Amino acid sequence: MAFESYQLKRADFIFKNENDWEKILSRTLSRPPQEIINELMSSELKGRGGAGFPTGLKWKLTAEESASVKYVICNADEGEPGTFKDREILSLVPYKVLVAMAVCGYVIGAANGFIYLRGEYKYLVPELNKAIKEFEYYCKEINHNFNISIFLGSGAYICGEETALFDSMEGKRGEPRNKPPYPTSSGYMGKPTVINNVETLAHTFTIFKYGAKKFYDLGVQYSRGSKLFSVSGDTPKPGIYELELGMSLQDFVEEFGDGDTKAVQVGGASGFLVPRKKFAETAIGYKGKLTGISLPTGGSMMLFNSSRSMYNVLDNYLEFFKEESCGQCTPCRVGCQQLYSGIKAVKRGEKPAQYLDKLLKLTETMQLTAKCGLGQSVANSFSSIVENFREEMIY
Amino acid sequence: MSEKINITINGMPVEVEQGKTILEAADQSGVIIPSLCYHKDLCVAGNCRVCVVEVVGQKRLSAACATPCEEGMEIRTNSLNVRNSRKHIIELLLSEHNADCTRCYKNGNCELQNLASEYKIMSQDFIPLAPQKKYTIDMFSPSIIKDNSKCIRCQRCVRTCAELQGVNALTVAFKGDEMKITTFFEKAMNDVVCTNCGQCINHCPTGALVERNYIEEVWEAIANPNLHVVVQTAPAVRVGLGEELGMQPGTRVTGKMVAALKRLGFDSVLDTDFTADLTIIEEGHELLSRLKKALVDKDKSVKLPMATSCSPGWIKYIEHMYPEYLENLSTCKSPQQMFGALVKTYYAKARKLSPDKIISVSIMPCTAKKFEANRPEMHDSGYRDVDYVLTTRELAIMIKQAGIDFYKLEDAKFDRLMGESSGAGVIFGATGGVMEAALRTVYAVVTGRDVPFENLDITPVRGMEGVREASIKIENPQPEWAFLDGVELRCAVAHGLVNAKKVMDDVAAGKSNFHFIEIMACPGGCLGGGGQPIPTSPEIRQKRAEAIYAEDAGMPIRKSHENPEILKIYEDFLIKPLGEKSHHLLHTHYVGRNRF
Amino acid sequence: MNPVQDLIKSLADKHGKNRENLLPILQGVVEQEKYLSEYSMIEIARELDLPAAEVFGTATFYSFLEHKKMGKYIIRVCKTITCSMKGKNQILHAIEDMLKVSIGETTPDGKFSLMQTNCLGWCHKAPAMLINNDIYTELTPEKVREILGEYMKRES
Repeated sequence: MAFESYQLKRADFIFKNENDWEKILSRTLSRPPQEIINELMSSELKGRGGAGFPTGLKWKLTAEESASVKYVICNADEGEPGTFKDREILSLVPYKVLVAMAVCGYVIGAANGFIYLRGEYKYLVPELNKAIKEFEYYCKEINHNFNISIFLGSGAYICGEETALFDSMEGKRGEPRNKPPYPTSSGYMGKPTVINNVETLAHTFTIFKYGAKKFYDLGVQYSRGSKLFSVSGDTPKPGIYELELGMSLQDFVEEFGDGDTKAVQVGGASGFLVPRKKFAETAIGYKGKLTGISLPTGGSMMLFNSSRSMYNVLDNYLEFFKEESCGQCTPCRVGCQQLYSGIKAVKRGEKPAQYLDKLLKLTETMQLTAKCGLGQSVANSFSSIVENFREEMIY
Repeated sequence: MSEKINITINGMPVEVEQGKTILEAADQSGVIIPSLCYHKDLCVAGNCRVCVVEVVGQKRLSAACATPCEEGMEIRTNSLNVRNSRKHIIELLLSEHNADCTRCYKNGNCELQNLASEYKIMSQDFIPLAPQKKYTIDMFSPSIIKDNSKCIRCQRCVRTCAELQGVNALTVAFKGDEMKITTFFEKAMNDVVCTNCGQCINHCPTGALVERNYIEEVWEAIANPNLHVVVQTAPAVRVGLGEELGMQPGTRVTGKMVAALKRLGFDSVLDTDFTADLTIIEEGHELLSRLKKALVDKDKSVKLPMATSCSPGWIKYIEHMYPEYLENLSTCKSPQQMFGALVKTYYAKARKLSPDKIISVSIMPCTAKKFEANRPEMHDSGYRDVDYVLTTRELAIMIKQAGIDFYKLEDAKFDRLMGESSGAGVIFGATGGVMEAALRTVYAVVTGRDVPFENLDITPVRGMEGVREASIKIENPQPEWAFLDGVELRCAVAHGLVNAKKVMDDVAAGKSNFHFIEIMACPGGCLGGGGQPIPTSPEIRQKRAEAIYAEDAGMPIRKSHENPEILKIYEDFLIKPLGEKSHHLLHTHYVGRNRF
Repeated sequence: MNPVQDLIKSLADKHGKNRENLLPILQGVVEQEKYLSEYSMIEIARELDLPAAEVFGTATFYSFLEHKKMGKYIIRVCKTITCSMKGKNQILHAIEDMLKVSIGETTPDGKFSLMQTNCLGWCHKAPAMLINNDIYTELTPEKVREILGEYMKRES
């Protein structure tokens, strides 16, 4: 078989709630940890926050650490523009996340878990705490010792970067750390830590419930399973959709576009903008596609129709990044300001159109040298917009 | 011995200890990787990204300062990718920086300027960002000027203030494009817990933090024929000044320095070492008197341990952080201020000069001394005791401005009356030196014999350990000190305020049983002071310390109480240690300040 | 002890006095006082035995930990891409008109502060805003006037 299907296929696991979390939890906790890790590894689940690190491997590496204190952290600092799925998971099916955290704690040998919830979602706290209380009550009943608490953010996008999140939890400025060491060996409070995105944890519940094969059978090679997509922008049906990975962007636009889709921003403001002419050759997945380009994504899909100025879109992104960069490293702090001021200068005619090429070179440096994943990816939207909509930047 | 691993740097095989970073590996194999936020005195930040290198097989570049070597790593420090990226980063830093270099105090001694020059950044392609920001220059402190428009946010100053000094006057605040280095609520440096130690200046790669200079004021005083301008030079200056004038660290330039000062036109070139010796007499007797009150009179109100008071950075630190322990401080003024008070009294009288016609200038390795001279209580002569304080760096600037070829100068000698000193005065410039000098004198006063150390070198108090402890047992004292027979005099020495904190926390917890502690604000003592030549590093400070001890060893007189000018001032003027005159001119008091 | 000191003490008792407890304490003060005054930060520094500059540096990193005096109700209108596309400016104008303040300002009665904020995570229901901790989505100028009208009726 040369090609797997790139069609859009809906899936329905995450939000399907059969109120069976107690059963799934006690059943999974009765399995040997190694078996759970193997199950996750064979499912080929990759992190759904955007970076795509294999979840099973992350748990395995942390389990292998000999420290007596370890932590499980659920990254609910969902701040990427165009992403809103984690909020929905925590509102509708919080137990799946809590179960996954407890199983993770069991597998790696951690007794404490935290949900780092962005401050913008503070209104979720009362319901979430209620769920945690009930969950912990059940854990006690089955003699499983695991505590979960919520740690609230306070309005800083960069804290979604895992090491910045640790620093934030430690009461500091949320600035990304040098890596290595990686969280699996030295995370929160310097202890081995598994940090997973909300959705990733919710998918592990699916795997615990149905087995790895069911999950693996979804999606395409290298991009297994389903994924939540946050759909917004110029679309008649904005919302959250669970789809199999590997679909072509063409199919996606046919389903969600308004008939006049000019471009889609895949992966949020730090992702890539794909113009209409590349829809057909673009697939949504992690890597290693047989044809065309493929894009990893935290699941944000923003559609723009022909009424939108790509200059305005880029300007909006860059303002976001220059404000939300932590500011510690040169390429990201100054680079974002230069990109932001640069497109304005070109638009106003203060700099020649060729200045955009200088800025494109700068984005390469930002990708190569920034300290963290955010800094390395902020320039993605710049390069993909300027390369595809150069005229709109100038005139 | 830790395990060795093998890597290559630019194709060259290198064997390196496990755990070393790429930057360290390169350094050891003679490959220079430029850096800005990295400093040997500080923890690794990995912020500026100037030191990025290519690790073959990796998509992105790695910060050499923050990346540990791994077996088999192939590192390229000068590939096209590396060079282009590095150049971009320097350009970015310049775009955010007020790069008006010719009008900058650090022109010619700026790490960013050097990089720009190495990489031949000839054009300004990026948009200058500095003018868009409402930068202000903080000039309220008598010691330190902070200019945010020159700041490249490497955070070396913040790490210095926290890690070396434990002061945390400076912090990183805000984020993104508004991120900046500032103080609590963006107050002036003069209004926060800043100790004026100037270590931030010594560690700043650019002109964002510089000393407040008084060069022009001093030139004007020298040029005024109606004024008699006296200059005193602190011990550490003579082992640092050479560096600022192109010599190797550790070069002793005492004679050349004196000659240069004379050529600059000072009317009298004198030595702070003289009042260092005087400090030993006063402070030594103060210690003995406290011990007597505590041991003989059983006076519970006597505060022990007694702490030295020579370092104005330390004084301001304790005033902020441990105001309840101010009585533990020796009441002795620092040698600079003793000198200032005597110049306009004792010296003026002896030289038949009117004190209001005397300008007293001091050359110090220190920026806190500028603040100290400015303290309202430092007017005991009836005038401002010390008019202008210049750092070692400012003196070097004056020497250059005057067109003096420093290398070719013949050695000259200090003028007399307050120009003679002992080796004990010299070692004030190194951590442990005040303690050693005091012990040499105190032991001799009490027992009539020399301290029981070969060549008078009290090695236990020497060195660069953050906190050092020593004790000397007193045996067969002179009759009037009989109460000290068998007493073990316990001492501690700390340098760098983060180590002062350790000692003081022990005192506060009642865990300290010392009689006498010496604390210097700066790492290495005054020789590593905030007014000393830049750069600084543990190796450089070590070289300066060796020079100080060599200077001491070469002095004909090694003990403060044997300095003939000291004997003379007590005979002619002060009468006796801790006497009325001393009390008035040589001792002071302290003020409690806020910690927050 | 004054109320702010009391508040900080009780927050420190509840959360702990270690560095990792700093953020919840800052948040607790902001919840009550709406902002962190110089005084509050000093008291927090004292309580946790931290340098005051560190407290300031940490607090200013987080957009929701204001250090300038704020109104009782802090309105944060999302300005990120989808909200911006879907009429955020009209929403801002409606609020500015109604409250007679500009972005970054507080009404003279100290009741409302108007701010912009980055993505609130409601792009599918843009435009969105927060008033203190409560979220309002799919805003129109009419809807905003109605919502604010309700708040105006509340005690100041």
